[in-house]
Amino acid sequence: MIKAFSDWLVSQVFRLDINSKLGGSLNFFIYDTIKIFLLLALIIFIVAFIRSYLPPEKIKKLIKHRFEFIGNVLAALLGIITPFCSCSAVPLFIGFIESGVPLGITFSFLVASPIINEIALVLLWGLFGWKIALIYIFSGLVIAILSGYIIGRLHLEKYVEDYVYEIKIKHDTAKVHLSFKTRIKDALKYTKQIIKEVWLYVLIGVGVGSLIHGYVPADFLTKVAGRGNPFAVPIAVAIGVPLYSNAAGVIPIVSSLIEKGLPIGTALAFMMAVTGLSLPATIILRKVLKPKLLAIFIGIVAVGIIITGYLFNAIL
Amino acid sequence: MIIKVLGMDGCANCQKLKENAQKAVSELGLKAEVQKVDDINEIMSYGVMATPGLVVDDKVVLSGKVADVEEIKKLLGKEKK
Repeated sequence: MIKAFSDWLVSQVFRLDINSKLGGSLNFFIYDTIKIFLLLALIIFIVAFIRSYLPPEKIKKLIKHRFEFIGNVLAALLGIITPFCSCSAVPLFIGFIESGVPLGITFSFLVASPIINEIALVLLWGLFGWKIALIYIFSGLVIAILSGYIIGRLHLEKYVEDYVYEIKIKHDTAKVHLSFKTRIKDALKYTKQIIKEVWLYVLIGVGVGSLIHGYVPADFLTKVAGRGNPFAVPIAVAIGVPLYSNAAGVIPIVSSLIEKGLPIGTALAFMMAVTGLSLPATIILRKVLKPKLLAIFIGIVAVGIIITGYLFNAIL
Repeated sequence: MIIKVLGMDGCANCQKLKENAQKAVSELGLKAEVQKVDDINEIMSYGVMATPGLVVDDKVVLSGKVADVEEIKKLLGKEKK
């Protein structure tokens, strides 16, 4: 239906040939924009509603007494639906540790939460199809589970800043009751707020993506960043890290680059680096992690992302 | 009445909540002081893991969301009695 509408708009209203460069780009732009905004509104609303039942205080209780590996899996799964603002990373971390959640399990949550976020998911699903979206979720989960598990096995508790262990929660009063109506209202408000924050990035991203779709020759990237270049994956990861706040704009561009010869594994690694290894969150985590643990954490996640990139370049 | 907004430095949402809380207080004509708490020890002492948090007279009434002025007014009305 959206496709028909966008075809109609381009051919009847703008009087352009859908198969021309300009018409093709415009058609692509209109179709993708409508699709993405519909999906964004729907998915963000659903996730925000579910999340109102899973505040961090509850998650903490759910993962506190788990065995190592099962705890990692559960923490990573819960991390999918509960993104946290980077300003909350420190209280979240301390709250987990204070209540006795093991360090490795805490990390599984901290890794999964930003890598697999609802905005990235919608864009992947809308632009790449559900198969790639699933592969992305699954790889993100594996990276989160394993990196948390490894950090747990390495017994790095002494590289957490000492004051963290001295903090005690005095009033455990952070229990706020919300009615069903409030939850719906909050979820709607949150959806509006997120769309307000990302709409411009999405438009720019899809716009640039459409131009690439229409104007860039099909095998443009095959030579520079194709399978033949063994360094493409790590380079893509290095470029991805500083782009955090623009995940909404980056993914549509990446989806067009795949058409132009960017291998899917390299693209996945790039997008995971954009969402998962964010510079602001890393700087904030330094407040609770000594440099060595921070470096190990970044190192393990980066290696995990790079391996994922190579793996999917090889099998897809 | 003492109202505390819990949130670390550089958190835009926490600043927004503080502004909303101040507006709510002045619109209700309450005698209340709105303080911003950015000391992590004090934030954690309330058990708040998602900032911003809103504390009224040492009781956590909100965490992890930016409430608008109307919502804060309702919360303050409840705490007053």
